[in-house]
Amino acid sequence: MSDFFTVASLVFVVGSGIRLATPFLLAGLGETIGQRSGVLNLGVDGVMLLGAFGAYWTILETRSPVAGILVGIAVGLAMGLLYGVITVTLRAEQGISGIGIFLFGLGISDLLFQKKVGTPIPIRGFDDLHVPLLADIPKVGEMFFQHSVLVYVAFLLVPAVAFLLNRTTFGLNVRAVGENPAAADSLGVSVARVRYTTILLANGLAGLAGAVLASELGIFQQNLTNGQGFIAIALVYFGAWRPAGVMGGALLFGLVSATVLQWKTLGLVSGAASSLTAMAPAVLTILALVVISRTVGQPSALTRPFDRGH
Amino acid sequence: MKMSNKTRWGLAALVAVLALVAGACGSDDDAADSDEFRIAVVAPSASNDLAFTQSIVDGVNALDGVGVINITDGTFIVDDAAAAIRAYAEDGYDLVIAHGSQYGGSLQEIAKDFPNTAFAWGTSGDTFGLDNVTAYTAASDQGGYVMGAMAATMTNSGVIGVVGPIAVGDAKLYVDGFVNGARDSVVGITVNVNYIESFSDVALAAEAAAGHVANGADILTGTAQMVVGATGVAAEHGVHWFGTQSNQTALGADIVVASQVYKWEVVLQGVVNGIKNGDLGGESHAITLENGGLVIEFNDGVDVGHARTVGEKAIADIKARMLDTGA
Repeated sequence: MSDFFTVASLVFVVGSGIRLATPFLLAGLGETIGQRSGVLNLGVDGVMLLGAFGAYWTILETRSPVAGILVGIAVGLAMGLLYGVITVTLRAEQGISGIGIFLFGLGISDLLFQKKVGTPIPIRGFDDLHVPLLADIPKVGEMFFQHSVLVYVAFLLVPAVAFLLNRTTFGLNVRAVGENPAAADSLGVSVARVRYTTILLANGLAGLAGAVLASELGIFQQNLTNGQGFIAIALVYFGAWRPAGVMGGALLFGLVSATVLQWKTLGLVSGAASSLTAMAPAVLTILALVVISRTVGQPSALTRPFDRGH
Repeated sequence: MKMSNKTRWGLAALVAVLALVAGACGSDDDAADSDEFRIAVVAPSASNDLAFTQSIVDGVNALDGVGVINITDGTFIVDDAAAAIRAYAEDGYDLVIAHGSQYGGSLQEIAKDFPNTAFAWGTSGDTFGLDNVTAYTAASDQGGYVMGAMAATMTNSGVIGVVGPIAVGDAKLYVDGFVNGARDSVVGITVNVNYIESFSDVALAAEAAAGHVANGADILTGTAQMVVGATGVAAEHGVHWFGTQSNQTALGADIVVASQVYKWEVVLQGVVNGIKNGDLGGESHAITLENGGLVIEFNDGVDVGHARTVGEKAIADIKARMLDTGA
């Protein structure tokens, strides 16, 4: 175990944990916005897959990572519009609709990949951005300030989303709609408009999360996300519907995953122990969820469609 | 029963989504002339994954005397695969291939229900004692040994990294062979092995590769379909890569030194011929360097000098049964 507690090893684990946490964080922030307005979207993973393919395909064709990221977001927004029509306008049951969106994203992203690309072709995403001065700080710079620009964007969005939800009129409306849509409606807040907006933001961020994944990995493959969208949803509960909490959950998940990887690389765990430690991130998340769900209440109107006449 | 407008719209939306999903997942293959020999393949990842599934797709496409080939790929959920295997059997396919060791339990049940249908599955050596099941496997430790020996002569740091999925089947054989080849070639060399416990987690494979590089590895290898993440890391760091299952040069023309390519047609052709003669199975087969089912394809775009000579000698020795991989 002494091999693990070296400076070089810990520097890698922290940097790796941050990289692994980024897609979870982006998708989780989006889902937080949506759920605070009372909208649950179980289709996050499907939207991530579509965003990932959109970004991958665009980068492959244009060699522009910026264009790829924008397309990933645009794909997310389009899926958000679809989800808004289904759950807000048509008031369909959110859980089932979300699963439909997931299956749709899973199937269509693979179909488009097979038809448009076929064999995986590597792409080049963003180069790492070394933050001036900070990146040169020994060890600390390597851990925190030598990542892709997308990593910084993700973490800067945490205070931005917190500000949006807690310090703006829009955020107040979002929270009101998520807790008591009838009361918000009686005060002149358009529940439909607020929920459409949050759904678009949530799905745009899910699309961005997928785009970041494809760009950072430099490849697309069937089911590239491997269920990351579902973990992002769990992290929203873990984070008690607060951006900082979601960030904490994403970092915990990423750091535990990175720690387990490093243990295996160094040969500190093997055989059955290796299989068990691979479950550690999920087990820790579930344990935390159990504890948190007993102490923090979810938005009162979560998953409830709003019908003004009833 | 009276249905409200909202319910109607909801149902319409659901039907539209399901139709699109069905369209996305559906097959464009069709029913065949009953005289043609028909093969169905059920596999866990994409047909062109440059790894496990592509190897069987390439293999069946290389067979002679086959009229129809139907592929159901991406069935990483075993229940989905089992449904597909059963459906193909009910449709009267002459040979149903379940390409994935995780499908064994399902296949064992299904094959009993269709005693007149031939099944093949792998990678495994177990036919469950059924006369209509053929098992196939790859002696992937052989190619692994060859490439491990090459890698050991190429490394400058003395550290090599291996990204594995789950320690089962041909993946474990490959990794074990690679490690033994490296250690037999250069005594005292460090080979770090990381099984990420997933066949499909590309992001985790990429981070595992990054971990190897951070720990000094200057040569990487890996097996299964999630290695496309690891090859990206190898390319980013200019680290040489050894591939397996399919030729992976397309993932990095500057870094892929060689790939162990599975030629399943070497054993499947005999299986097809046997079925045509009324023999539905009951045996297990392995592709090896010796029978031509395993081929080491070198990337001429990467000059590795003496290492290639080391590799070619190891191939010759294994074919001549002068060398044991120890796996």
